[in-house]
Amino acid sequence: MLIKIPKLSVVVLIGPSGSGKSTFARTHFAPTEILSSDFCRGLVSDDETSQAATGDAFDVLHFIVAKRLAGGRLTVIDATNVQPESRKTWVELGRKYHCLPVALVLNLPERVCIERNAARDDRNIGPHVIHNQMSQLRRGLRGLAKEGFRHIYVLNTPEEVAELTIERVPLWNDRRDETGPFDIIGDVHGCCDELEDLLTQLGYEVVANLPGAPGLASGPVYAHPAGRKAVFVGDLVDRGPRVLDTVRLVRNMIMHGSALCVPGNHDVKLARKLRGKNTQIKHGLAQSMAEIDAIPAEIRPEFSRELADFLDGLVSHYVLDGGNLVVAHAGMKEEMQGRGSGAVREFALYGETTGETDEFGLPERLKWAETYRGNAMVVYGHTPVPVPEWLNRTVNVDTGCVFGGALTAMRYPEREFVSVPARTTYCEPSRPFLSPELAISAQHANDQTLDIDDVRGKRSIPTRYWSRVTIREENAAAALEAMSRFAVDPRWLIYLPPTMSPCATSREPGLLEHPTEAFGYYRGEGVPRVICEEKHMGSRAVVMICRDEAVARSRFGVTTGESGCVYTRTGRRFFNDESLEIAFLDRVRTSLNATNFWDELQTDWVCLDCELMPWSAKAQELLRRQYAAVGAAGSAALPAVVARLQLAANRLTDGELAKITTLAAQFESRAANLQRFVKSYRHYCWPVNSIDDLKLAPFHILATEGHVHVNRDHLWHMETLRRVCEADPALLRATSYRIVDLTDAESEVQGTAWWTELTSRGGEGMVVKPLSFLHRGRCGLSQPAVKCRGPEYLRIIYGPDYTLDANLERLRSRGLGRKRALAMSEFALGLEALERFVQREPLRRIHECVFGVLALESEPIDPRL
Amino acid sequence: MLLTITATHTPASDIGYLFHKHPDKLQSFEMSFGHAHVFYPSVTENACVVCLLLDVDPVAIVRGKADSEGLLAQYVNDRPYVASSFLSVAISQVFQSALNGKSTERPELAATQIPLVAEIDVLPVRGGVRFLHAVFEPLGYTVEARRAPLDPLFPEWGESNYFSVTISRICTLADLLTHLYVLMPVFDNSKHYYVGDDEVEKLLVRGDGWLATHPLRDEITKRYLRHQRSLYREALARLMSDEPEQAEDSSQSEDAQSERALSLNEERLGTVLAALRASGASRVLDLGCGEGKLLRLLLKDRQFETIVGVDVSSRSLEIASERLKLDRLSPTQMERITLLHGSLMYRDQRLEGFDAAAIVEVIEHLDPPRLEAFERVVFNFARPKTVVLTTPNREYNVTWENVGAESLRHSDHRFEWTRDQFQTWADMIVKRFGYRVRFLPVGPVDPALGSPTQMAIFERD
Repeated sequence: MLIKIPKLSVVVLIGPSGSGKSTFARTHFAPTEILSSDFCRGLVSDDETSQAATGDAFDVLHFIVAKRLAGGRLTVIDATNVQPESRKTWVELGRKYHCLPVALVLNLPERVCIERNAARDDRNIGPHVIHNQMSQLRRGLRGLAKEGFRHIYVLNTPEEVAELTIERVPLWNDRRDETGPFDIIGDVHGCCDELEDLLTQLGYEVVANLPGAPGLASGPVYAHPAGRKAVFVGDLVDRGPRVLDTVRLVRNMIMHGSALCVPGNHDVKLARKLRGKNTQIKHGLAQSMAEIDAIPAEIRPEFSRELADFLDGLVSHYVLDGGNLVVAHAGMKEEMQGRGSGAVREFALYGETTGETDEFGLPERLKWAETYRGNAMVVYGHTPVPVPEWLNRTVNVDTGCVFGGALTAMRYPEREFVSVPARTTYCEPSRPFLSPELAISAQHANDQTLDIDDVRGKRSIPTRYWSRVTIREENAAAALEAMSRFAVDPRWLIYLPPTMSPCATSREPGLLEHPTEAFGYYRGEGVPRVICEEKHMGSRAVVMICRDEAVARSRFGVTTGESGCVYTRTGRRFFNDESLEIAFLDRVRTSLNATNFWDELQTDWVCLDCELMPWSAKAQELLRRQYAAVGAAGSAALPAVVARLQLAANRLTDGELAKITTLAAQFESRAANLQRFVKSYRHYCWPVNSIDDLKLAPFHILATEGHVHVNRDHLWHMETLRRVCEADPALLRATSYRIVDLTDAESEVQGTAWWTELTSRGGEGMVVKPLSFLHRGRCGLSQPAVKCRGPEYLRIIYGPDYTLDANLERLRSRGLGRKRALAMSEFALGLEALERFVQREPLRRIHECVFGVLALESEPIDPRL
Repeated sequence: MLLTITATHTPASDIGYLFHKHPDKLQSFEMSFGHAHVFYPSVTENACVVCLLLDVDPVAIVRGKADSEGLLAQYVNDRPYVASSFLSVAISQVFQSALNGKSTERPELAATQIPLVAEIDVLPVRGGVRFLHAVFEPLGYTVEARRAPLDPLFPEWGESNYFSVTISRICTLADLLTHLYVLMPVFDNSKHYYVGDDEVEKLLVRGDGWLATHPLRDEITKRYLRHQRSLYREALARLMSDEPEQAEDSSQSEDAQSERALSLNEERLGTVLAALRASGASRVLDLGCGEGKLLRLLLKDRQFETIVGVDVSSRSLEIASERLKLDRLSPTQMERITLLHGSLMYRDQRLEGFDAAAIVEVIEHLDPPRLEAFERVVFNFARPKTVVLTTPNREYNVTWENVGAESLRHSDHRFEWTRDQFQTWADMIVKRFGYRVRFLPVGPVDPALGSPTQMAIFERD
């Protein structure tokens, strides 16, 4: 015998001791799918037969079953289950997790059970016990369906048991193997004219015309030449002018294989009416009934039955495209997707309601989409909206055609919307839905509050350009404080820049860093050409800038009147002075306007990665506390030392004179080094009295509408930005650069010469990057950039006297491994954040990545690298 | 880095015996931080000049310390150039017998008071020249000090904290050295490198007999203790490296204010407690609980059955946990209280379902553009029945001379509201989130300016 059970079910074995449940289970199910009460007795008491452990054993059993069902795993309960109350638990659990309960009854002759029991040496169960269990079982058989079992199989003989085969069938809603492409169409409500127009616009053609009007199987059959499939979100009927034509059209497409359809609440209600159930003729049912009443009386009963069968046969929701797409009439929560239960069907038809009604007498809805966290895209209808709006990967495509709105389809996977406006208003909505445009989108409204659970604790974030990045709990905790106390509004914070590793340590005398190592690294990574960019010494600044305030509102959901934001590498607002920030952004915007930037990149916002100078503008406190302080202390102390040593030298003779002369020379050279140090930091300091004293050097156009510019090489970034900078040379500074061919020694010599020249003029040094933004080397992504700093600049990193041979030798041992790993993780997370932003993902998904970068920045790492 | 001592005595050459160092030699000593050198720039008939020069190895003091010393472990460091605890260490090792007042060759001279001048190049002084005088003058020294500019090219950056200091007094050499030995690390008031806890104790032992009667005794010992061990969390410190340090030189004014601040603080907590009691709440939140002062009060009252303290600073929570001795509470007490690391910028389901929340002196630490997030998190999502919220009343600041009308009370305050501003904000909360509100003054009420702290009590049905 072959029996079919749903792939996702809770299988309850029912049979007395000795009926062979365990053997049966082992034959048909995987060991991990079987949960036996005896095993749980053993778990809690070390004795599988202990009756005293029954309570605890069933607690454990219940717990594990719940976990498995929540995870969508078929589970077999191996216990006697002969009493209705013991089965009730499993039916309830199945219901809770929307898994269908299956009863498999081993109703073998009592004699067989007693014999088998007698043959066992591990337990001692009297025949009277088995007799009792047997009669309990038989008494309960009739009631199984009523108890809630949807599939009941009773096996009466050992032969039947032996010959049994079990097939697991997917649920009706499981169409994961259908990968589309799809056109998902909103509530039609009998608007067949618009539907025909829409199908035509989508490229569907009439491939046949069925005779047999006015029967259900008549009229045109639409199909798409490229094999696209229409998916209807339900509510085909009621309210509109051509209800039956709509049903015929959809039915024909389904039969032809060019469409799928899920039922809407109206469809179900019509079917109930047709089956003669007591139904109020409200909400447009009258239009459907009028059309049916117009069918000739002799075929009407047959037609009604066919129509009801068709509507009843629709499956509550579909899981499509490998689980990436879910279509249901009123939406579908993550934990219900692909599951089967009455509750799932109810949800699919009506959504979630509070049980109360609003001012228009319509049920007040709980907004399931606001808390939706699933990976699958959910497309639904049911409640008319003025335009389809994304919210947490869900979208409502019911644009209220019958109410004078439009009939809308979403093309999947393109995520494009195609609409046909209603020819007229067929029905007045009881709640106005074509309300004036909202201040901000539903997604932005939802994004106004982020949830701590999206950032707290240990996290693992997949990134598309690299691997998963793990954030340690203590780093997340540090970032929570920094983010909460100091960061700008998260809506602006769509990116944080990665840390950058220096090149490997040079062995050249007097140097710690030299271009040779930078070039060598990239050549080893298989990079043919690199770009060397002048490294500006200021403070890292991310400039988010919108074309105007309206864009800030519509694209970023920022309603404060701001039209951009400048923030530091740790996400703090760069300017404490609000009016300075506004003026600064205006200046940058003017240059973008003047160079036609917006149109060229087809965008109305941009995220720029920049250095903002002077260093003293932002690092004033650090300069005063550390750099200038060291200069002041040394300048005050060293001359006194040298003077006193010279006085002593005048007194001393011979060997003592030689010793003190050497010591004096050492301190003289320290005094000179200190002056070099002071000169070095002074290069990067100047007073800021007006905006023109600031210099902004943008070097990456990170993202614009629809694009993260990782596919453009650095030459494009440099040149596009150079044009922008030329529009306002007083504020904007184009970054000078050189391209170096790593397979050409001469080119490398020129690159090195350029670095020497830059650094001898007091420049910080240069940044070397593969010419392409992303370079895949021998083992995955290469470092996006390495810095190569000049010897004088390094005095402000390693101290005034670092160039002394004895010091240099010790400083050369520095490990870059951790710094590079960190640079890579942060780079990948930063880009991930931007990609998610341009793909209009919910803010929490972007914030998760940016938060991760900040958390990684709290990793202990040598701050001098 | 350089200590120069001039002793006036005839014959001056005898001074060399006191230091136990030959005047015609350059003598060098290996130290944990590098080297110390002793030499004599001048020995005349009547005066003898001795130099103790510290040669600090800037690389050695950093390497191998990066993880444990955090931000202070910088190569760009003033330690090689200043007189710090390193100088104390050098005095005790190089001039050991002189410090102890012993001399085998000239014992009577060691006990004789002679005119002594000590020049220190350079001394980092937190607290300004006033502090310098206040420390040395009670001990009988005359003090001269020259302050170095931070950077002459950038006068707008202000003065440095570095002084070339000359002190003079007629006393024994041992007294002078003892004072220098004990006091050098005090001026700096920063973390003492290479001075372990036991060395701090050794230093303080040398203060026997004179430190106890010094008018600044408390300040001097406080400065020792303050920096014995910084517990500030490293990871966080790295993120906050560009955050200005708390205002310097505030210690004096702090003392003058402390009594008043203390009583206001207590009155505020008392009023919050009263409001929470009046609300009838049994499940309460302390949002921004800090180091747990309010939590301690809540724990004492059985009305509050469930108490949850939330703070964004994990360091504060550690301190709160220590102060409340959470690990030593009885099991029933322990069940009542929970500390959570959390943020009022994020919705947090752990904070839902409470009767009341206290939000004491918290909102003024939020950037105004982020207030909106706070409002939603508290009033829309956590949604306690009662919210007791306090914040400074800016109008009152004029009555405090160290604050004044223009400035805010704390360097981390992002704003302080007038009574009008606060009430406007509260009314907006009432409208948007369906609460009622009433206001209470906290602290002495000035008829024109109101009270120093303002309180709003929000309630909903």
